[in-house]
Amino acid sequence: MTRRENQESRLKKRRSNWPSALLFLSPTFVIFGVFIAFPIVFSFYLSFHEWNMFSGERDFVGAHNYAAMLADPEFWHVFKTTAIYTIGTVPLNMLIALWVAFILNKKIVGKKFLRAAFFTPVIVSSVAAAVIWRWVFDPNLGLLNFALESIGIPSVNWISNATAAMFALIIVGVWKTFGINMILFSAGLSGIPEHYYEAAEIDGAGGWDKFYNITLPLLSPTTLFILVLSIIGSFQVFDLVFVLTFGGPLGSTKVLVFYLYEHAFKFFNMGYASAVAYALFAVLFVLTLLQIRFFRGQAYEVA
Amino acid sequence: MSKQRVHIARRVPRHIGAHVLIYTLAALTVIPFIWMVMTSFKPLGEIFRVPPTWFPEDFTFDNYTRAFTAAPFGRFYFNSLFVAAAVTVGQLITCSLAAYAFARMRFKGRDLIFYIFLGTMMVPIHVTMIPGFMILHWLGWIDTYAALIVPGLASAFGTFLLRQFFMTIPVELEEAAFIDGCTRWGVLWRIILPLAKPALATLAIFTFMAVFNDFIWPLIVLNSEDMYTVQLGLAIFRDRYSTEWGNLMAGSVVATLPILLVFFFAQKYFIKGITLSGLKG
Repeated sequence: MTRRENQESRLKKRRSNWPSALLFLSPTFVIFGVFIAFPIVFSFYLSFHEWNMFSGERDFVGAHNYAAMLADPEFWHVFKTTAIYTIGTVPLNMLIALWVAFILNKKIVGKKFLRAAFFTPVIVSSVAAAVIWRWVFDPNLGLLNFALESIGIPSVNWISNATAAMFALIIVGVWKTFGINMILFSAGLSGIPEHYYEAAEIDGAGGWDKFYNITLPLLSPTTLFILVLSIIGSFQVFDLVFVLTFGGPLGSTKVLVFYLYEHAFKFFNMGYASAVAYALFAVLFVLTLLQIRFFRGQAYEVA
Repeated sequence: MSKQRVHIARRVPRHIGAHVLIYTLAALTVIPFIWMVMTSFKPLGEIFRVPPTWFPEDFTFDNYTRAFTAAPFGRFYFNSLFVAAAVTVGQLITCSLAAYAFARMRFKGRDLIFYIFLGTMMVPIHVTMIPGFMILHWLGWIDTYAALIVPGLASAFGTFLLRQFFMTIPVELEEAAFIDGCTRWGVLWRIILPLAKPALATLAIFTFMAVFNDFIWPLIVLNSEDMYTVQLGLAIFRDRYSTEWGNLMAGSVVATLPILLVFFFAQKYFIKGITLSGLKG
């Protein structure tokens, strides 16, 4: 920081002010203003109105949209579905990611190759991932049922059975995202000084002791950070659901954003959908604030 | 027997166990991709065979030719590459300019504006997409390339990433250039940007991938099949030809190939970009 101030004071001689800064900032400000800043404000305004985009009339309805949302059993259903998805994916995701990061932190042959393999699902599109997995889940010809049958487990109707569909969604969700958390955990692990482990070894600590008494406690800021991040991510799941199950069967995998999408772009209840969007935002905002409060410095360290 | 040897003797088998487990997990992770590629080269009869074959016995490109004739996948492909390239180039320009202003120029309220700007990254796209759609509708841009490109031309994440990098560049380099009569544009173009290549590469790769893989925005703003991106086309295709797995896997290979290729050559930029964007939340 002091270095930066230093640099600035030396630059003071060249006094640049708003007009010249605006030349640099205007492209970003214009696009940002029209497509981010204005929409943030406008959708808040919309959330207090009833408006079908194509029929004109915009009526102020106060907090009616929010009240209607809280009174809609379907809202609570999709909220529950999203929560189930979150509870199903996040802990499993983090366990796998931590384990992989922990192993890759040791002397393992082919680390680069392994890391690339675990990261590949992260970079492919959710649409392609969902299409590929639909094939793997195919009840008659799918690879998964074939593998299950070959070890004596009866095949499952993955996509057309309500419980199995949620399982399928969770499997793909974990597969698709644990690579990110693996990288974050790896960064956290490499930040733990080697001499802590050496000291513990001298005291006769075994592998599990070291993991439980050194790795886990020192990693806890990273872990909490990843936890919040993963919850935020899983609350916004949409693409996967759209292509893998389309919210079905019978709404069993219909998540919050899917519900929002339907209200906005199928029924064109723009006001109501905006209220739902703000409710989602409120949940994520609280989580983000918690994260900022606890890990202000940590985020940069992990990066 | 020396102490060290005991140590090694105990450690080697343990690591073998770890190797077996981690390679098994890696295999499980990539099997869906291998399965996709294998299926895409099998003739219909072989795809439906029980038990399934691993490698295609009658290697064929039929699925690809059928995928490209059943739906205009070539057109989808062009749309996706064009839009992703346009947004990437556009963001490199707008973000470099804004990042330079935030990193180096002095104007009133700079830091406050920057933090508000950053704060908007917390807002999920679902909040902005409804008014965004409305604005595009008013502009008459629904179902055009502009709808896919223009809203992506500014990025708080990109500006942040470049600003952080620009601030690590010693200011002395610029001062020397100013003394030699260089303008601010000249400094940005000739000194800052060449030094910032790693950050620019990270932003470019990340943006390209995000746009190429995007689904919800094309889904909302496009109507006609001619305008579809690969992802949207693949999703619609899956709905329409739900059991033609050969075609669908060929389509999936097509939809993942560019990203996998870039990833193969520039892994570290991908990882950096994704990690940083994850951290933005």
